[in-house]
Amino acid sequence: MDQDADGLSHLLRKGESEETEGARLDGLPFARELGMRLISSGDGEAVLSIPYDPRMIGDPESRVISGGVVTALLDTCGGVAVMASRTRPVSAATLDLRIDYMRPATPERVLYARASCFRETRSITFVRASAYHDTPDAPVATAIGAFMVENRRVWPAPSAETEA
Amino acid sequence: MSRLEEIQAQEALRDTALQRLATAAPYVRLLGIELDRRGDELTTVLRFDPKLIGNPLLPALHGGATGSFLEIAAIMQLAWDRIWEQIEAGGPAAEAIARGALPAMPRTVDITVDYLRSGRARDAYARATVAKRGRRVANVRVEAWQEERERPFAAAHGHFLLPAEKEPPAEDAAP
Repeated sequence: MDQDADGLSHLLRKGESEETEGARLDGLPFARELGMRLISSGDGEAVLSIPYDPRMIGDPESRVISGGVVTALLDTCGGVAVMASRTRPVSAATLDLRIDYMRPATPERVLYARASCFRETRSITFVRASAYHDTPDAPVATAIGAFMVENRRVWPAPSAETEA
Repeated sequence: MSRLEEIQAQEALRDTALQRLATAAPYVRLLGIELDRRGDELTTVLRFDPKLIGNPLLPALHGGATGSFLEIAAIMQLAWDRIWEQIEAGGPAAEAIARGALPAMPRTVDITVDYLRSGRARDAYARATVAKRGRRVANVRVEAWQEERERPFAAAHGHFLLPAEKEPPAEDAAP
C-alpha cells in the first residue's frame, strides 16, 4: 500500500544506500537509534524490523537482546498500525502494553514485529502484535495494547469534510 | 582486619558490585541508565538524551524507551536483592562477587506497562517493589516519575523468572 496514503511519509527516510528491506523510521529518534525499519503498513496493520546489534544485548553471557528492545519494537509497531488505520488518526499514544515473552530472541538475527488493530473506537484503538524471526506463528513475544487516538475528523466520519 | 575495616570492605564490595551490575548489559548503557543506592534502596535513573525521544514535536520520551526503563528497573531490583543477600551471607557466593562475577540475571516472563502521562525531555527515576518472590518466579511492580514523585508518568507490573539458586548436580538433571 502507498505509505503516503497512511500519512506516515513524514516518519520515513528513503533512498538508503544499504540494501535492506523497508524504510528507516527516522521521524522517531529512538526508533532511528535502534535501527527500526518499516516493512509495510496499511489497513490498521504494520510490519517493522529491527537488526541485531551488540549494543542491544541485555544478557552479555547469552548475547540475547534485552527484553526492552522487544518492548520498544512492539510499542512502535502498534503505534504505526494505529496510525495506518482507515480512520487515519493524527496521533496515537500508548495507554498500556502487555508483553508476554515466549522464547528468547536469537542472537545475530533480524527481529520482525507485526501489529494489527482489532477494535477502533472514538478514542481508543486496541492492538494485537507479535515479534518473531521467521513467522508470527512462532513468536519471540506477543503483545496486546490500547492506544489513545486523536482523530482527524469527527468520528464516525460525517459526510462533510470537517476538520477536528 | 578490624571491625571498621570489615564494614568499609563490605560497603566497597556493595558499591563495586552495583557498578558492575549497572554496566554489564550494553542495552542498559545505550539507554544511559544509572543505579543510585541509598543503603539497600535502589533508584534506577534514566538520564535524558535526545535519542530517547519518540515524538519530537512535544517532545516526549518514546514509549519503548519508557517501557525498557521500567523493565530494566524491575530486573535490576531483583538482581540487586540477590547480590545484597549473597554479600550479607558471605561464603563462596560473596567471594565470587568479590572476584567480579555477577549472579545470573532474572528473565522477563511478562510485563504490563501503563503510560500515565507523556514522559518529558528530562531525567526519569524508577523504583521497583518486589510484591512476591517465590522460588522460581517473582512479581514486581515499578513506578517511574520525573519532577514530582507523587505524579508518576508510567507504571508497570510483571513476572520474572529467577535463575536457579545453585547449579543442579548433573545426575539429577531432567532428561
